[in-house]
Formats: sequence, C-alpha cells, structure tokens
Amino acid sequence: MNYFLTEEQQMIRDLARKIAEEKVAPRAAEFDEAEEFPWDLIKILAESGLFGVWVPEEYGGLGGGVFEQCLVVEELSRACGAVAVSYAASALGGFPILLFGTGEQKRKCMPDIASGAKLAAFALTEPDAGSDASNIRTTAKRDGDHYILNGTKQWITNGGEAEIYTVIATIDPSRGARGMTAFIVEKGTPGFEFGKKEKKMGIRASATRELIFQDCRVPAANMLEREGKGFIVAMRTFDRTRPGVAAQAVGIAQGALDRVAKYATERVQFGKRIAEFQAIEHMIADMATQVEAARALVYATARMIDAGERDFSREASMAKVFASDVAMRVTTDAVQIFGGYGYMRDYPVEKMMRDAKITQIYEGTNQIQRSIIGSAVIKQAMRRP
Amino acid sequence: MNVAVLIKQVPETTDVKISRETNTLMREGVASIINPFDMYAIEEALRIREQHGGKVTVITMGPPQAEEALRQALALGADDAVLLSDRAFAGADTLATSYTLARAIEKLGGFDLVICGKQAMDGDTAQVGPEVAENLDLPHVTYVRRIEELSPDHMRVQRMIEEGYEVIESPIPALITVVKEINEPRMPSIKRMLRAKKAAITSWTAADLGADESRIGLTGSPTRVIRVFTPEQRRAGEILEGETVQEKVRSLVAKLKETHLV
Amino acid sequence: MPVRVLSDRCTGCEACVAACPYGAIAVKDGVAVLLENCTHCGACAAECPAEAIEVEDVRAIAGAGPGAGADAGTASGFRGVWVFAEQRKGVPASVVYELLGEGRKLADDLGEELCAVLLGHNVGDAANELIAHGAEKVYVVDDPALADFQDEPYAQAMAELVEEHKPSILLLGATTIGRSLGPRVAARLRTGLTADCTGLAIDKEKRLLLQTRPAFGGNIMATILCPDRRPQMATVRHKVMKRAARDEARRGEIIRLVKDVLPPRATLVRVVEETQQMVNLAEADIIVSGGRGLGKAENFKIIEELAQVIGAAVGASRAAVDAGWIPYAHQVGQTGKTVCPKIYIACGISGAIQHLAGMGSSNIIVAINKDPGARIFNVATYGIVGDLFEVVPALTAELRKGACG
Repeated sequence: MNYFLTEEQQMIRDLARKIAEEKVAPRAAEFDEAEEFPWDLIKILAESGLFGVWVPEEYGGLGGGVFEQCLVVEELSRACGAVAVSYAASALGGFPILLFGTGEQKRKCMPDIASGAKLAAFALTEPDAGSDASNIRTTAKRDGDHYILNGTKQWITNGGEAEIYTVIATIDPSRGARGMTAFIVEKGTPGFEFGKKEKKMGIRASATRELIFQDCRVPAANMLEREGKGFIVAMRTFDRTRPGVAAQAVGIAQGALDRVAKYATERVQFGKRIAEFQAIEHMIADMATQVEAARALVYATARMIDAGERDFSREASMAKVFASDVAMRVTTDAVQIFGGYGYMRDYPVEKMMRDAKITQIYEGTNQIQRSIIGSAVIKQAMRRP
Repeated sequence: MNVAVLIKQVPETTDVKISRETNTLMREGVASIINPFDMYAIEEALRIREQHGGKVTVITMGPPQAEEALRQALALGADDAVLLSDRAFAGADTLATSYTLARAIEKLGGFDLVICGKQAMDGDTAQVGPEVAENLDLPHVTYVRRIEELSPDHMRVQRMIEEGYEVIESPIPALITVVKEINEPRMPSIKRMLRAKKAAITSWTAADLGADESRIGLTGSPTRVIRVFTPEQRRAGEILEGETVQEKVRSLVAKLKETHLV
Repeated sequence: MPVRVLSDRCTGCEACVAACPYGAIAVKDGVAVLLENCTHCGACAAECPAEAIEVEDVRAIAGAGPGAGADAGTASGFRGVWVFAEQRKGVPASVVYELLGEGRKLADDLGEELCAVLLGHNVGDAANELIAHGAEKVYVVDDPALADFQDEPYAQAMAELVEEHKPSILLLGATTIGRSLGPRVAARLRTGLTADCTGLAIDKEKRLLLQTRPAFGGNIMATILCPDRRPQMATVRHKVMKRAARDEARRGEIIRLVKDVLPPRATLVRVVEETQQMVNLAEADIIVSGGRGLGKAENFKIIEELAQVIGAAVGASRAAVDAGWIPYAHQVGQTGKTVCPKIYIACGISGAIQHLAGMGSSNIIVAINKDPGARIFNVATYGIVGDLFEVVPALTAELRKGACG
C-alpha cells in the first residue's frame, strides 16, 4: 500500500531497511543464540543518525516524530525484533525527558540520545507492579537537594547497557498513583546497580535486567516535572511509544511474511511448489491482509499523534493490541507453513514467533490495552445525551 | 592527504535474472548502485582523511543519472563529487574510460592517492585502475588488502596474491585498487544523506576536460563488443537417492571415480 | 555509432528493451531509442524481430578507429601470437602452458608463429620448457631488475618488445600478475585488452581474434574484437583452455635481449606466504567449499579433512567468510575468487547467485545440503540431500578407503 511518505521519510525508511538487511539480518540468529547484546549493530545505528529521527533538531535530532520512529522500528524488526527493541527502548527512556524535562535537562540528555552516543531506558515495572503500575515500591525520599532512591526495578529493557534511565519511584507508597515521581538517573551513580541479564523466550539479544537502588542519591535537579507527576509522565510516554511496539509487531510479522512468500515458491512437495496449493495460498493471503491492516492502523495513529491530536490513548492501544495479535498469528502461521524446517533453529521463522510473543505483553499487556480501549469507548457512549 | 576515488554506477546484478523463455536478461526493477568494490575504496579514503586530514573527492564517468552514485558517496562522507558526463563519452571501453578519468584527475590536480575498487561488478575487467595509473604515469598497486603505512611522500601496502600477500613500498602520489578484505564500509548517515541530496555536483563534459576526441567514447575505444549472449544454462543434474547416507555417498564416490580425478 | 535504430521498421515491441544488458534502450512514442549509457554491444539487434536495429559491420569501423593514421599500434605489419610466460622463481605458472595450448591453435589458424615472452632473472631453464610446450621462439629478458614481478619494469620491457617485434596477439593469464600488468601495457600501447577470456577463436576471414568473456558475474557472455589496434591483447582465465602437451623433441629459438630497465617506483619488499592457504584455489583441480550450513569456524575441520583426502583446495562461501570462520582468501564467488576446477564440492552452501558466478563453470558440481530447495541443486551435477555433518565425514571415510585400497 502506498502511504505517501515524504521524501525524508522514504530516506529514513530506506536507510533503516538497508541497515536491517545488510547488517542486522546476517547476525540476528548469532546474537539470539548467544543472548548477547548487539553492540556492533547499535553502533552502526548510532553512526547512521537514526536514533535521532524523533528528536527535535535543536537537540541534534532530525525533527521527526512518532511516525519516523515507527518506520525505523518496523524495518529493524523485519530483520530482528531484539535489535529493534533495543533501539526503541532508548526512545522510551528519552521521550519522558523530551516531553517533561526542563530546558536544562533536555540540553544535557537529548543530544547524546539523539546521536546514539548514549542509550536510554525506562524503568517502571517491579515484581509487584506490572499491569498495576501504581503499586510500585521503589521509594524516593527527599534529603536536602537530593532524593534517596531505594528499591528494585524488574525486566528493564536496555538495563545495564543504557547510560540514561528514566526511573519512576514513589515519594509515598500510600498515595498510590499520586505518589509516583520520575527521575533521571545516570549509570554509575553510587548505589545504582544491575542484576543479571534475564534469560528470555524471545528478543534474546536485547538486555533485560533488574535495576537495584540502594540509598542511591539522585540530585533533585534530576526530577522530571514535580513530585506526584510520575504516573502522568509514564502514561503520556507510553501513549507515544505504544505505536512503536505496534510497529515492532508489524515488522516482525512482515519479516515472517517475506520469508514465507519466498519459501512457498521454492519448496516443492507432491511435485508442486507449495505456493500452488490453495491451503497455503489462502494462509498467505490472510497473513498479508492482516499485516497491511495492522500497518495502516499503526501509521494512522502515529501520524495523528504527530499532527498534534491531544487525546490518543485509545488509538495507541488499539494499534498495539491489533498489531501484536497479528504478529503472533502471522508468525505462528509462518512456522506452520515452513513445517518441520520452521521448527528448526536453522531457519529464521521460529525466532520471529518467539520474538512476536513479547509484543502482546510489554508496555502494557494486551488485556490492559483492551481495558483502556473499552473504558474509552464506554466513557464516550455515556457522555452522549 | 588528498584522495581521489574513482567509482562506477552498476546495476544491482544480484537481481538480474535470465528469462528461461526468451533467454535474455530481465532487468525489471533492477536498481543502480555504487559498484560494491568501490565502497571499499570510498571507505579507505574516508579513513585516510580521518587519520591524516585532507579531502576526499569522488569521480565517476557515466550518464547524468550516475549523479545518484555520487550523492551516495557524499552521504558516506566524501567532500566533493565530480561527474564526467557527455554523449561523446558513450560506448567507452576501459582504455577510453581510463583516459577520460585521468584527464579529470589532472584537471583537479593535487591528489596524493587515487583509489579504485579492484573491479566493477558488471564488467569484471579490473583494468581501469592500472590504465588510469599508466595514463597519469603514476605507480600503481593492485589488490591492496591493507595500507600498512602512509606518509606525505610514501606508502607501504599489502597486495593480495594467490599464495598470500606481497609487501610493496611506493612513493606517492600513486594509484591503488583495493579488495574487500581491506575494511568494512560504513553505513551512510541520515543527516549526510539529506545534505547530499542538495549538494552541488560538478559536471564536466569532454570540452571541459580538454579531452582529445579521438581518445574518448566509442571512437577512443579499440575494442568492440560484437555479440552478447547468455551462456548455456547449467541444468540441474541428478539427486542421488538412497536409503541411508552411506548409500548416497557410495553412489557419489562411484560417479566421482569415473572422472579418474579422485 | 555502430548501433542504429531504423525507426521506420521499428514496431515498438520492446524485445530490445528486454535484451539490453545495460538498460540502455527504451521505447518512446512507439519507437526504440538508444539512451546515453548505450555501449553499442548489439545485443538488441540480435533480438529484434523486425530487423529494425542495425549494427555496422566491424570492417566499416576499421580505419576510423583510434590511432587511425598513426602507425604504431595499427593493424598492418603485426604478426605472430605471443604468450606472456608469467613465472615465479623461474617456474612458469600453469596457465602459461594453457595459453601455449590455445595460442598454438590461434597461430595455426592464422598461419603465424607462436612465441613466448619470458621476463625474469636466471630463468633459462624455463625457456626450454616453453619450447617443449610449443613456443617457436622465446624472447628472454634476463635482468636482476626483473627477478620479482613488479609492474613498472615488466610493463616497460613488455611494451618495448611489442614495439620492436610487433606481435598481432598477446595473451596473458588472468592471474593477479596478468590482470595488473595487462592493463598497464595496454594503456602504454594504447591498444585494446579483453579481460578474463574463456573463449578465443580466429575469425579467419577478417583475421581477427574473437575474444569471449563472461560479464555480469557470468550471467551474460560477450564476444569482443579489437579491429584496428595491435596487438590484440587478452587475459585468459585459468583452467579453461587445454594445456599444451609437452614434447622435448620440439625445437625453438631462444632470443636473449637486453633492456635498459628503469628501476620501479613501487617496489616489492617481501612476499608473505600464508600457510592456511594449502592449495592455490585458482590452480586447484578439486575444491571443497563450506558455507553457512557449517554453523561455526571449528566445523571447517570436516571440510579440510575431505579436502586433504582428495588433494583438494578449501573454498568458502561469502556467508562463511563474513561470519569470520575462514579468511577471505578462501572466498569463492563474485566478491571473492572465480574458480574453474574439474570438481567443485559445495557443502552447506545455498547457492546464492553471487556464489554461482564464481564457480558455475566448474566441470562437475557436487552439492551437499539438507534443504532440498537450495538453489545450489539447480546447477549441481550430483546432489545429496542430507545433513552435511553426516554426509561429509561419510564421504571422507569412503574416499579414504578407496585411497588405501
């Protein structure tokens, strides 16, 4: 489908595709197998300037928005979901600073995030605060012109690899969402350490670690917005980054579809290319249709956000739910069409199926997304006279 | 250290297929790219500039659309780009091409090093580099896999040969052709791509070069392609069947023994 | 311009557009037009069903070509087929004997003599070998300055010999040396050079050398002439031409010449032989190659074992080289080496078009791959569908048995 990208958007997409095909795809299986963070590839992405597509020009970025970010994530995901999430997580860590940071905070952090010189990460989830984000237990206690952080964050993407962390803590657990407060914490701050790298089902090359805060003194100047605004910071950030997760899902699904289409024209059974069997042909048709529908929704949402629409939680959630469910279905079907080969790790589709699963889970499970969508629809209906 | 890089725009032949029906080359949707070997030449020039300072100038001869290849080179970081384009250049073989490129290098002047890819992917001749060197009366080293040393008047390089490599010293200016092993080309940056899109590219005609008309284009080309044809397609042979690996292997060994080579 | 579209005959069918290897012809307003990147190769004319594309006869071009009027290098007065006898340490490269084999046929067709040019130092014995392989004359320049191959002194000596003795044809091996020296000499003599030929013949009527070579990574073949300039120079691919038979009874003339060879600017410091390269790929009769299917560097051991048993060289696909499992020197394919062995055994190589371009002209291709859909099977003479980790060791064992028994 022609989405009428601007010339600049086409250049961004083409460069991301080139890097994905020439640099990422050949090494995707190797990094997955070794569960090794793909620093070589992150460096290439940094040199290409793609980390800055969504960052305003005054901070060294390209001045694009959510849509440009989605284009890059999609292309990278076609080759490797883990590399894509490592890229996207830096935007997740950087967006709160861009949206809520002071001029000083932005000037300090954004240029390094835009150039890829530093990776960023976002830390909200805790053992007892997953979907129920307001239940966090990491505390921030004021002490003069510092806050003292204590607690543990769990499953933080880019944890240990990133230099800049946006961390949500609470100044008073009894206040729930209203106690939540966001801080910029730099790697190397005394009292800030990392747990071991988690062993995951998919996106195995990406780094997922615990962040451990033990009497970690963070300057009050590193607080984003003010006390009690952390929940808003997190939710506004997610609204902007959910299309990125959706784009990741679209990319993974497209990658699986690309490979299936090729395989089906090469694999011969009963003396025919399997693409000629209607059973296969129809599966491919359904896969392609779903991928295109998901892409259309993701692009429309991203463009709506960039155009300045204020209320887009519903659409951002819809894009994420729909695209991630499509990715799971399409990659599962891809393994099916590849048959025994699909189940083998020598072929790329089983990795895609493993990588797809997480898109239904992180940045808000699809169940939570459906609650957001449902309540928005119902609220709107109730507002009608 | 000022470096000239000679590049060529070629069709991305990985996509070129031969139609079984018409026995011709199908070119639909074949994009034009910088000759892959020239990417190593550009990268090496950029690395030399990063280490020694100076300028990287990329030169190509081709139709007006070859400008796109130059823009790609600018997006990688080249400082200047020169397109040699003129109907009179059309039909040039390697001799006429090397003469034309040599004229441009002379006109620009002041280069310490000229770098070419080892050969072009479409023609595979590997001739333009040494022929340019001869035209400019420069020493040349082909198949360079490493620059060991580079000083303002001298270089020491490794040249790949069948059995290993040679270490060669030469005064500069000189011309080298480089192999894939020499480096890993970088990716373009999106910012440079945007800048390259708008960059001014010098375009010179035969008259601009003051070229001898008897030495350019078809007129200046001693060779003539008189026929182009597709080679006989290799047919798929026999898949050796057998119940076990042993059986398949035995049947293969029997076939190979018939050749008396094993 | 030798290619012309006769617009009144053109039907606009676009057959020429499909035929053009350079994308240099288009149909505009129902008529074919040549674009600026046309190389006048004539591929379009051959395909035109309406005979609406005309290629001027080569003879019509003669006389109007480069250097017309200048005497050096033009066709008259040039006779004889020369072979450059590339040598290292006094031993001619094996391609030299192939050139003598092919050169003999060309010389006979022309009714001219076959000569060899031997440049080097203390290379006397080699001259006799060249005669035993069919050279009627061997021009020898024996000079300490030519002890090792260096482009400038070799180019100077060769160009001077050509200017003095005026051969009609000069053949070189398409080796590292030949492909460096050839263009340098051709540019100095301002004559044509055809690279990497796989076929040579004489057009007896015109007494011209028909030089056929692959282009576009072997996807197309082109036949090339050098109608007016002399000598007609070609570098010739290894292992394609039949080697001349050795006959000690042959007699020939050894002509020793002294040249005032200028010292080169680019000088050889030393040669480093890389031990990992057991056999020269280009010269090997059998090559065993490994690809992505090997999975890791250590697994090349099974390829090496098989190679050792049958005296083969070890090759690799780009995927294996890029993964760092084996040095680039082993890479076969478009960005690596072009090889033409008698037997090529591809293990765990899918057969990307770039790889096929480098080994597709091997006599016998054996493919071992577990994916029956792998493209390598489309070109394989014999294929085994199976796990290479079972098949290759079994093959090694079977061949080892044969070798002992």
